[in-house]
Amino acid sequence: MEIIYLLIPISLILLGVIVWILLWAVRDGQYDDLEGPAHRILMDEDRIVEPQKNSRRGDAG
Amino acid sequence: MKLAIAKRDVDQDSSETGVVSAVTDAGDCFHCGLPVPPAPGLTVNIDGVDQPMCCHGCQAVAEAIIASGHGNFYRVRTEVSPTGQGPVPEFLRDTEVYDVPEIQGQFVHSLGADMREASLILEGITCAACIWLNEQYIAGLPGVTDVRVNYATQRALVRWDETRIKLSEILQSIQKIGYRALPYNPDQQQELHRQQRRLQLRRLAVAGLFGMQVMMISISLYAGAWSGMEVSFERLFRWLSLGLTLPVMLYSATPFFISAGRDLARRRVGMDVPVSLAIGIAFGSSAWATIIGHGEIYFDSVVMFVFFLSASRYFENMARQRCAASVEKLAQSLPVVTTRLAPDGGAEESVAAAMLAIGDRVLVRPGETVPADGEIIAGFSALDESLLNGESIPVDKNIGDRLLGGSINVTNPLQMEVKSVGADTVMAEIQRTIERAQAEKPPLARLADRVAARFISLVLLIVVSVAVFWWLHDTERWFEIALAVLIVSCPCALSLATPTAISASLGKLQSAGLLVKRGSALETLNRITHVVFDKTGTLTRGRPRLERVICSPQYERNQCLQIAAALEQHSEHPLARVLVQEAGILEKHELARVTSTAGGGICASIDDEDYFIGNVSYIASHSSAEIPAQWLDEIGADAVTTVVLARADRVIAMFTFVDDLREDAKTLITHLQNLGKSVVLMTGDGDAAARQVADLTGIRDYRAQMSPQAKMEAVQALQQDSAVVLMIGDGVNDAPVLSSANVSIAMGGASSLAKTSADIVLTANHLPAIAQAMVVAVRTQRNIYQNMGWALMYNFGAIPIAAMGLIAPWLAAIGMSLSSLLVVLNALRLTR
Repeated sequence: MEIIYLLIPISLILLGVIVWILLWAVRDGQYDDLEGPAHRILMDEDRIVEPQKNSRRGDAG
Repeated sequence: MKLAIAKRDVDQDSSETGVVSAVTDAGDCFHCGLPVPPAPGLTVNIDGVDQPMCCHGCQAVAEAIIASGHGNFYRVRTEVSPTGQGPVPEFLRDTEVYDVPEIQGQFVHSLGADMREASLILEGITCAACIWLNEQYIAGLPGVTDVRVNYATQRALVRWDETRIKLSEILQSIQKIGYRALPYNPDQQQELHRQQRRLQLRRLAVAGLFGMQVMMISISLYAGAWSGMEVSFERLFRWLSLGLTLPVMLYSATPFFISAGRDLARRRVGMDVPVSLAIGIAFGSSAWATIIGHGEIYFDSVVMFVFFLSASRYFENMARQRCAASVEKLAQSLPVVTTRLAPDGGAEESVAAAMLAIGDRVLVRPGETVPADGEIIAGFSALDESLLNGESIPVDKNIGDRLLGGSINVTNPLQMEVKSVGADTVMAEIQRTIERAQAEKPPLARLADRVAARFISLVLLIVVSVAVFWWLHDTERWFEIALAVLIVSCPCALSLATPTAISASLGKLQSAGLLVKRGSALETLNRITHVVFDKTGTLTRGRPRLERVICSPQYERNQCLQIAAALEQHSEHPLARVLVQEAGILEKHELARVTSTAGGGICASIDDEDYFIGNVSYIASHSSAEIPAQWLDEIGADAVTTVVLARADRVIAMFTFVDDLREDAKTLITHLQNLGKSVVLMTGDGDAAARQVADLTGIRDYRAQMSPQAKMEAVQALQQDSAVVLMIGDGVNDAPVLSSANVSIAMGGASSLAKTSADIVLTANHLPAIAQAMVVAVRTQRNIYQNMGWALMYNFGAIPIAAMGLIAPWLAAIGMSLSSLLVVLNALRLTR
């Protein structure tokens, strides 16, 4: 059971890291807009593809 | 999201043959979904297919979107776009004001030599694809270095290089793709809110994370107490719990202590007094027990308590701020730009309200906000000062009367002289509106607060008597039992019952396209017996098309249109707008003595000749001439909206309009009738037009030719018969009736006056959302009663058991937390 003297400090360090990350994320504004990114991720890729598609079809028509 | 993905797949498959719009029907305008009139035959080539367009505005917008390479927008959007307006000259002129350095000072931050940053409010956002389009499009403008659109608040943060692009050019570019953007000034209060929200979230995070550790250790301690555990481990675990609870006490729990201290200083008992007592005593005794090495510890109860309470406070605060933000957004639509007249009263010039100086002459059109405090120097009108004094009936004002900045001009154009300058006046009112909205709690929440306050005093009394009783009978256990009573009796479930349910519902409604400005509206919505609709712009699209022009023989079509447009320039009525648009470029007419009658018409003189334009009854009361019978025959008995142009002695022309019914109007009305509500149609338009709409939608009770005054009286008459009235409208003339109804809903495209008067704004122009709101309102009410019932039952049931010494403090904490959790979870059901 002496292993607990190692495990507890490890878990405390982990806790510290997690708290620090969370506080940083809040300060950085990561929680200010909870809806936008969910939508954004679905559309981002189209930016480069789209004009090419257009021109190809434009040539054909 | 599932829906969006599915739609996308379908669209991608069909993309080989061109875009099939998921949101507009074949044959309707591809951009905004309105029916396409046969005449112009406008199209835009989108992905190789010529798509129909209803008007030049939509055509221009669609072309701009395609030209910028963002045609994909049409594939991913889930709602139709707002109808294109075409370049609005006033808007183009107004935006240039924002390039003036003095005005930029209010909105724009400098980041180094040429870099600038500003927040923009975007109008016309209907779905996520609009956000995408705006973001991509603005980012593609030369000179713009960064842009980020916040989906929740519909605001954009833009950075640009001042040497390469001007702010006005950015605003105008956004206008080209069919949206409206205005810079806004994130005031201190809002910054404060943001800080507060983040601080709360940080406190919540600390309480949650440390709480988890404490709980973990507690479980080992409980298990150890059950099966035996080495003393050295037990000591270690107790000290660890103490150490881990300390940050929660020092950081997360501070607001409770501060607020309790404030309450006590004011000699009141608030919710936070027993909370602080429970936390403080439990922590203190546990810490002491840890130090001396024996006795019970309650660290788990403390952290759980703090975490759940912080979470509920956070939710409550979020709901309040969301409400405030929505009101602020409406307030933002008040013009910062106003029309200044040259000292001789001639030339017009757009300036920012902040730039007005004392002695300036300003033209205030109907529907506009008075930009500063001042005095009328020409014209007379009715002014809505409800923002300032809550009086909903507009006040008549004449030359020499005082005008208050922030009041809204309702009937006639006015010229005023600025007497005291004004960013303060308008801003002060906006501020006050926001504060009022924030301060207003729904009656049920007020009830809960009152009950809770009494309850707390009672609880403290009980705790003291229980402590004394047990101290006399059992000196060992008195502390434990008193503490259990204190924890178990915390009325936080009771205080959570209403705010959580309301905030959950508001969130739900917001995503359905309804912006609820007053939480109490939800409660009243349940008791609605009558639903009153305005016609134009509410049941119909509100974008009438000019169908025919019938002129008397002496006049030509264009001439009639020119005169009509000259008069109608002074009106905000939708028909007036159409006439002005149809007339195209206006010939310059000198107008004098402009008088408008809301719900009637306008009178003005051109070259010393009086002209009248308005509905049939207005003309009948102002002109001696009869409308030729053959004209009436020509338009037939068909219900059409007409506007007549006349002089005192003869009728010049008649304009007929068609305004297409919203296709979802009938669905909504049938639904309302099935719910057993009486549906009434009240309109300022003629009997025939009203009957036609009533027949098409199945409304049995319709009332035509009603003035705003008559509408208001009719609603009040209904209320006298103990009816609870929901009014749905959009125009300037609906503002009085909107504020006199028990609950009011303004359409998203409504005038700013109507929006400020209404309790709820329908941001998505989708009528069935109203039926949804009623369903949500019923569910919310039921939810609140369930929550309150449960909270009261729990408290009254648990206290006697705790007082008898049958509940250990840790069990009390679990019970208290579970009861709060149950309330929150129950409220969260509403979001589904």
